[in-house]
Amino acid sequence: MSYLNSQDIHQFRNRILSISGEDASKCIQCGKCSAGCPISPEMDVQPNQVLRLIQINDPDALLRCSTIWICASCQTCSVRCPEEIDIAKIMDSIRKLALEAKGPLGEENVVKFDEIFLDSIRKRGRVHELELVMKYNLALRQPFKDAHLGPVMFARGKLGFLGHKIKELGKIKEIFQNSKRLLKP
Amino acid sequence: MQVGYYPGCSLESSAKEFDLSIRAIFQAMEVSLKEIPDWNCCGASPAHYLNEELAMALPYRNLVKAEEAGLDRVISPCPACYSHLKHVHEEVSKERHLAERLGTIVGKRYKGGVVSKHLLDFLKEDIGSERLKTSIKVSLNGLKVASYYGCLTRLPGVDIDDLENPILMDEIIGALGGEPLDWSHKTECCGASLSVSRTEIALRLVNAILEAAKGRGADCIAVACPLCQSNLDTRQGDIHKKYGTTYGIPILYLSQLIGLAQKLDYSQLGLDRLVITPKNLLIEKGIIEK
Amino acid sequence: MTESSHDENIELMTYSEIVEVKGFVGNFDVTIRKKPRYVDLSKCTGCGLCTEKCPTKVPSEWNLDMGLRKSIYKPFGQAVPNVPVIDKEHCLFFTKGRCKICQKLCPAGAVDFEQQEELVTKKFGAIIVATGFTQFDPSVYGEYGAGKFKDVITGLHLERMLDTSGPTGGHVVRPSDQREPKNIVFVQCVGSRDESKGRPYCSRICCMYTAKQAILLKDHYPETQSYIFYIDIRAAGKNYEEFVKRAQQEYGAIYIRGRVSKIYEKGDKLIVRGVDTLAGKQVEIEADLVVLATAVVPQPDAIELAKILNIPYDQYGFYSEAHPKLQPVESVTKGIFLTGSCQFPKDIPDSVATTGAASVRTCGILSKDELILDPKVAFVNSDICSGCLNCVEVCPFNAIESTVVDGKTVAQVIPTLCHGCGNCASTCRTSAANVQGFTDDQIYAQVASVFEILKKENLLELSE
Repeated sequence: MSYLNSQDIHQFRNRILSISGEDASKCIQCGKCSAGCPISPEMDVQPNQVLRLIQINDPDALLRCSTIWICASCQTCSVRCPEEIDIAKIMDSIRKLALEAKGPLGEENVVKFDEIFLDSIRKRGRVHELELVMKYNLALRQPFKDAHLGPVMFARGKLGFLGHKIKELGKIKEIFQNSKRLLKP
Repeated sequence: MQVGYYPGCSLESSAKEFDLSIRAIFQAMEVSLKEIPDWNCCGASPAHYLNEELAMALPYRNLVKAEEAGLDRVISPCPACYSHLKHVHEEVSKERHLAERLGTIVGKRYKGGVVSKHLLDFLKEDIGSERLKTSIKVSLNGLKVASYYGCLTRLPGVDIDDLENPILMDEIIGALGGEPLDWSHKTECCGASLSVSRTEIALRLVNAILEAAKGRGADCIAVACPLCQSNLDTRQGDIHKKYGTTYGIPILYLSQLIGLAQKLDYSQLGLDRLVITPKNLLIEKGIIEK
Repeated sequence: MTESSHDENIELMTYSEIVEVKGFVGNFDVTIRKKPRYVDLSKCTGCGLCTEKCPTKVPSEWNLDMGLRKSIYKPFGQAVPNVPVIDKEHCLFFTKGRCKICQKLCPAGAVDFEQQEELVTKKFGAIIVATGFTQFDPSVYGEYGAGKFKDVITGLHLERMLDTSGPTGGHVVRPSDQREPKNIVFVQCVGSRDESKGRPYCSRICCMYTAKQAILLKDHYPETQSYIFYIDIRAAGKNYEEFVKRAQQEYGAIYIRGRVSKIYEKGDKLIVRGVDTLAGKQVEIEADLVVLATAVVPQPDAIELAKILNIPYDQYGFYSEAHPKLQPVESVTKGIFLTGSCQFPKDIPDSVATTGAASVRTCGILSKDELILDPKVAFVNSDICSGCLNCVEVCPFNAIESTVVDGKTVAQVIPTLCHGCGNCASTCRTSAANVQGFTDDQIYAQVASVFEILKKENLLELSE
């Protein structure tokens, strides 16, 4: 049993508002976001439920859910929302809060993938796709995932074994160093 | 005509044919492409929640490099790259302290003189239908093409076509002599961002898109995004394993279709790099010789 | 309607429109344009032969383009008077100089192609506006396919199909192939409760008429299944809640709570992609027919009419009432009353009630020789008035006119139109315009006396 008034009921809504600029209290729970979301069948918390949990100040389920990680940012919800709420942006904001909270994440591999992605950029200035996929598979201990695509991709000249390193690599490293995460985990 | 070019990371490897075909068709239309010198990755999806400043700084550096090279217009074939460049340009034009901050991180100020363009609006506005038509040498002979836009029209900062019923690609296909099909999954998400981490979701979405295209009698699908192309093309085998469905629908870049109409070389357009090969289809339709 | 056309105290002017309104309550001068119907009202017997024999067929507006009508036609069966009108845009005589069959055949010789429009100006004591509403155009929702997919229709289209004197003779069919639908999906709140389309309000009538349509469909076609996507059910009327319950329990209508995101074609069916927020999952329904409950919006010429009548309207084009609680049937302009949906969406009992209220209020005006007004109205001292007429510009009620006093142009307030807002008083540079009881001098005197009291009681803190 959760007591909705055990804390400031507006707390989480205000937090999301300050991070994303989006006001969850505008939501009338019409459900159009969930209705149009391509990933809805696989989501543990439906998009409209995400907004609802923000409204009633119940962030725990949100910080642990898988929904925010498998959101494809396709923007379908945002462009169709009758209250013009940018729901995809809210999903992004909750990702930041989830990392900040340092608890277990709903989809560890999505973050893993993204971290390896950024690492590739830091080291080369560009993403080396083959390296990205290989490192990801190793990190997840599934070295042969999608390996069946290897020969075909190779035959079509799509594998790009070497990868490129840009000239101003030092500059890129500097950019990485100087850039601040606005929410510290 | 000269225009700046920002290929983006995928056009160097998995979407090489997009890069090849764009260079080929622009050459045929006498537009010279100047690549942004020493460009870096735009940051794509991961950056914006992992490090907000980085997410803006990476595209910002590209704008700086473009300006340094004297480029006032830049085409980004990848919709995500395009969205990031355009978005950063718009934000720094509005917020001075953001512009200053990014200038400090990158080490040089961007003065705001680069206009970002996507392939589709560049073709419509800068090249125009007349110039495009003059470069056409052979018709697509009523090839039934389902134009697939995915989330292109909805990306932040992108405002080039109708959100629910875009027609930019369809118009061009019509001008090339193909038959643009009206179909239900034009703007349905293909799940490309989950193609590696949650493959089964991507397979479900791709299956739905291919099923809808086939239901309308499409010969092929036209795309303008490297991730869409890769997802719809390379996963058809996996879809057969999971759902038992075989579509065999070639997924062609719009630039490749334009190149075919311009009678450019098959491998110059990178058509031999597609996983589902369009060769037989194109021969059957009389678009290319045997 | 027929009763009103025969009443000796009512002059019914059909096919006419208001051109100009001058004056004020009790003394309106209204100019009316009586448009030519090209049929003589005094001769026509309503036999209908002209309509029967007319060779041209045109989409029928009354039937929302689902059926056809002739160029000489009555808009609908019960139209009053029982006299047809000729549609100049499509009549063969007017467009090509041919035909004239209606004239040749008319037994009463009532067809008159020479008929001219008539402008009449009459005096009226009060005006009641009852111009009603029209439907929101759902084609702006690209995701719903209205206007593109034939089998996506509006509630009004369904209403026409259910009418036995309608375009399909009372048979509900799919517009695409004329087959009877088995699965019908109703989508509520299309255009209503939508900030992004500029209409955040609720259209009030749709929940009830959709329940009614679901009941009628099941009653006429027991094999059908209706699905209704809603956000909330608005059934706040006498027996309304029970009615909706009946639709669910006795007539098997399935109510699904959630807005629809997309409608698309698959083969010859429509796929409606929505959500059941109560069950917490996305749902898709294969439909034969989709009925959109579109928002109630003001008539396209509502604002034009408002300007002629000099009455204010809100951001949606609905006419503004003088007070939302205490004066719901009076417009801000005295002597002009509002009833029905031109003020805001209403159902039939509401419209009947407000019409009764408006009628009685007009009797209140017309039964007296004199009107008693609020004395807090503005006046202009013509001795001080410089004749700049700025006050005329700023008066929201057009209650000030320019006049000549002792050879000088000055402003003059029309007390019956004035609401005492004080705009003129604050604009007037010479202090000639004031509101009675609240002149500048009187207000200064009040302020001065307050300061006196404060000073006396040492409550005044003056800065250096």
